[in-house]
Amino acid sequence: MKMELIQPFVNSLDAVVAEIMGCSAQISDVAMSEASSRKRGIAARVCISGEIEGSILLDLDESAAKRAAKFLSGDDAEPSDDSAREAVCELSNMVVGNAVTQLNDRGFKFKVHPPEIYSVDGNLKESVDTEALVLNFETPSGYVCLDVALKYNLHRAAELTSASVS
Amino acid sequence: MQDFEPLSRGDQPKIRFLVVDDSVFARKSLSRMVEAFGGEVAGEAADGCSAITEYDRLRPDLVLMDITMPKMEGIEAVERIVKEHPEARIVMVSSVGYQDNILAALQKGARHFIQKPVKPEALYEIIRYVVNDTQTPVPAGKGDA
Repeated sequence: MKMELIQPFVNSLDAVVAEIMGCSAQISDVAMSEASSRKRGIAARVCISGEIEGSILLDLDESAAKRAAKFLSGDDAEPSDDSAREAVCELSNMVVGNAVTQLNDRGFKFKVHPPEIYSVDGNLKESVDTEALVLNFETPSGYVCLDVALKYNLHRAAELTSASVS
Repeated sequence: MQDFEPLSRGDQPKIRFLVVDDSVFARKSLSRMVEAFGGEVAGEAADGCSAITEYDRLRPDLVLMDITMPKMEGIEAVERIVKEHPEARIVMVSSVGYQDNILAALQKGARHFIQKPVKPEALYEIIRYVVNDTQTPVPAGKGDA
């Protein structure tokens, strides 16, 4: 996977964590994974289709998810598990939205789908044919993990090019 | 959140808002900002279909509308609302801030766009501008003849 696809997600996660959780996120580990299935905490997945396609999985430590929920709700009460899941969905929406905006500025066209809570129980289809880059970040509230499983849709890009020529 | 001078429109004491977003947190966060600006949240909706229904029912002064939502996306909801209510004032609030999206929303009749995460002071300025803007934009495709 090319760095040009990854860097916008790193920048975006850093900015969104700083804005929403009021803390910094430092990369602690980067690894390749065959499928985006390394769920350890509370995770949400956003799918992308178009000239680039695949999915991005945002996986937060429970304490980090609850911190995000507290910041987003502006409530001092301890967030429920449902609130933490909802917060991770909204966070993933922001991280992916900001990243794809940067990619779009570089000329890539695609559609972003609404985030879904990710479960390893099989409620979402796995993208087994796309290699994922797993980026682990540390924050003062716990880990944040980003699985980026994207590939260029060459067929789709060729279709768009020929359509614009004809 | 900092203190804001309450927003007003003519002799109307409070500006009434419809907040549309599929995320409970986004709705909650935007509603908190609206209240800090001295506005009133008249209603909320979680998708484009409900937004149309709620707009018809509540006739709010201003709509804060997400783009990526299930059932019906925000841009389509804008098009349908503005078709029936050309005076509708809709501000798009989305994390996806690329040119095509912004342009499509504005062409369908949205008045402004702000990218998430939303900074209250930026939203305040946009709302102030939109509520005081007396022009009714003509969506693309209308009035071209």
